Amino acid sequence: MPALTRRHLLSATALVAFSSSALGRSLTGSLPWQPNEAYPPQLVRPGGWYFLTADEAAMVDAIVTRFIPADDLSPSGKDAGCTVFIDRQLAGPYGTYEWLYMKGPFSANPLPTQGIQSPLVPQQQYRQGLAALAAHCRDQFGGKRFEQLTGDEQDGVLRAMEKNELQLGQLKRPLLDAKMFFDLLLQNTMEGFFADPVYGGNRDMVGWKMVGFPGTRYDFRDVLANPGQVYNKPPVSIIGRPAWNGRPA
Amino acid sequence: MSRLPKKDVVIIGLGWTGSIMAHELAQAGLDVVAIERGPWRDTASDYNIGTAPDELRYAIRQDIFLRPAQETLTARNTPDQVALPIRKYGSFLPGNGVGGAGVHWNGHTWRFMPTDFNLRSHLVGRYGEGFLPEHSTIQDWPVSYDELEPHYDFFEKVCGISGKAGNLRGATQAGGNPFEGWRSDEYPTPPLKPNLAQNLFHKAATELGLHPFPLPGANVSTAYTNPYGVRMAPCTYCGFCEWFGCANYSKSSPQTCVLPVLMRQTNFEARTLSEVTKINLAPDGKTATGVTYVDSAGREWEQPADLVLLCAYSLFNVRLLMLSGIGTQYDPATGKGTLGRNYAYQTNAGSLGYFDKDTHFNHFAGAGSLGMMADDFNGDVFDHGPHGFIGGANLACNSTNARPISSRVVPPGTPRWGAQWKKATVETANHTANVGSQGSSYSYRDCYLDLDPTYKDPLGRPLMRMTFDFKENELKMSRFIVDRTAEVMQAMGAKQVVKNYKRGPWDVVPYQTTHNTGGAVMGNTPEDSVVNRYTQHWDVPNVFVSGACLFPQNAGYNPTGTVGALTYWALDAIKNRYLKNPGQPMVQA
Repeated sequence: MPALTRRHLLSATALVAFSSSALGRSLTGSLPWQPNEAYPPQLVRPGGWYFLTADEAAMVDAIVTRFIPADDLSPSGKDAGCTVFIDRQLAGPYGTYEWLYMKGPFSANPLPTQGIQSPLVPQQQYRQGLAALAAHCRDQFGGKRFEQLTGDEQDGVLRAMEKNELQLGQLKRPLLDAKMFFDLLLQNTMEGFFADPVYGGNRDMVGWKMVGFPGTRYDFRDVLANPGQVYNKPPVSIIGRPAWNGRPA
Repeated sequence: MSRLPKKDVVIIGLGWTGSIMAHELAQAGLDVVAIERGPWRDTASDYNIGTAPDELRYAIRQDIFLRPAQETLTARNTPDQVALPIRKYGSFLPGNGVGGAGVHWNGHTWRFMPTDFNLRSHLVGRYGEGFLPEHSTIQDWPVSYDELEPHYDFFEKVCGISGKAGNLRGATQAGGNPFEGWRSDEYPTPPLKPNLAQNLFHKAATELGLHPFPLPGANVSTAYTNPYGVRMAPCTYCGFCEWFGCANYSKSSPQTCVLPVLMRQTNFEARTLSEVTKINLAPDGKTATGVTYVDSAGREWEQPADLVLLCAYSLFNVRLLMLSGIGTQYDPATGKGTLGRNYAYQTNAGSLGYFDKDTHFNHFAGAGSLGMMADDFNGDVFDHGPHGFIGGANLACNSTNARPISSRVVPPGTPRWGAQWKKATVETANHTANVGSQGSSYSYRDCYLDLDPTYKDPLGRPLMRMTFDFKENELKMSRFIVDRTAEVMQAMGAKQVVKNYKRGPWDVVPYQTTHNTGGAVMGNTPEDSVVNRYTQHWDVPNVFVSGACLFPQNAGYNPTGTVGALTYWALDAIKNRYLKNPGQPMVQA
């Protein structure tokens, strides 16, 4: 890394974290310029878990597979890398809401229009939510873990969470309840399935291929020259295309 | 605290207004320093083509926006509620760093209509005083469209705005907006190329008797050199415009239009990662002596200056005035005081159309300002008498992107996950279009800004508190407009149309628009405004305020064109009048 970089990598994160602790600068006389200055994200590679425990990861694997089941439209959420994505996101600044306003006091009765008002950051929401979900399954399904349930049973639990018809242990609003946790899981799964593959999900751009999103080609003047035509070019991500690395697109 | 050598001008914030002010005043020979709380940012390093098109990083995690941990607001809908902090920005997304929100905007660059400026007297004249909504605090601007026209024109030329004139010096032009105010010149670059949705909208709107025209946008359609000699490249319809920096030098921003020439001036200095905490006043309270700021190492500095220009984002200009004790806080109970008064927003809503499988919209080939518009129901273009509301909206059919984390559409009633969701997503993808609207938001007695009693920023200063809700007049206007968008959508050939009416109460979570207006409004008297018609503070004449906080109420348009015009209008007054008699009010109270 260049010595003069004004921001630094946080080693534990999957994202490049822009640090506001870099010193302020005085600039005059010309545009500041440093050769090769850019702030790319760090490429996520699968293997090991940075935040989730192995048991938690197995539950998340099962959940993302119910959210995005394998069929002829795409591989499953798990095979698309959604769990890897979620794990790496939780290990980075998102996991601690590092960029959000998290000072108290936290109201016990926020208005529905006031957005996030829980002091629990995503790391805590996953840890507590998954633990409560595991306990719920143990109690209701004869000691089984969520990932040991049938697909229909898993869907039933997820649907109950979505409708907030399921009490997850002691969890309740505004800290966290079943629906809030469900919404977080679903949002993060969709992020993983559709974000650039650099972050560990959307493996081989399977999410983009499913919806016909051509990715980061950045120049679509050819499309505007002839509107309304079917677009067939394969997608490109900010880490390129499999074909460019000697693999089939 | 260390005291620095005095400058002629200190500018707070280096976004659109700050960079324009800095450039023009440095050119006039003044010694200028701009103090910016975010980092330096430029195209090649920060909006690099290898990193810029990243939906997760920029649109979802909000990497280049102001982070709430640094500054946020508290929010509530009514004065009797307890405001809580906006812990994650959602409804609006202020910028951060050099370039400000001028980096991540879509670029819709409008002129307000002539009757938007004399709004109150125009409406009262046409409909009578009793036609105005209860507790409305709308007022005339202290400047007219005619006065601003040359400044609109110059700002458009600095940006290279793409578009088609509809009214050249009073003569209606085919293909442009026949309802716009007169223009002294054509747009600097031709309109962007329409995509399928824009073509369908144009045809449908024409059939319905409306007057469609291309959206005037800060995405240049051809190579362009602006009056400062800065060159821009044509837009490539990349589909990563709003919420992203442009890697192509195609989106007008301080970086692409002003900074390259500003930074060459040796009598200009930018200080980044330095946050102004206060405008300092002389003991008489009538003269600013400069500012205090804290750098990123936590050191406090005093920067004396003869002239203080508030050029931060609209909301933060208002807050800094409050924190500096400049002006009198507005009190909704008495209606007295002006600082924080007349906060307004924007009332946006529209209709979604589902088309058949052979209609391929390809919105991924989009641009922030790629749109087809109609102004037939904006401002007071149409007779409001039968409708019982004031205000209006432009109708818009835009193709900005098809980024899949946030732009996925499924038919109503589809599950949010599972096999059915997948099937519906695939069947619907690329076969929907939206006709939206940018609606006016007028001012009310109980919509305002003040300092929060509880919540503080990292430096221990109170956050600003926003009290706002959509009022019945605006919701009624928007219902009327959404019905019009649905008619156009039907005529475009949609097989199913879903009307998405605007509903209250205002919610801080879903993105609506970063068009926060008012709070430090310009006006004709110190009783109804914070600054005079030259944007000069009534109480402290060597302080000038920029931005949409000057708007007495918001029109049915995006604000940046008017913010730019007001900046050049103020500069004209500063350079040609104020500096000849510095420290003196240009309007007698």
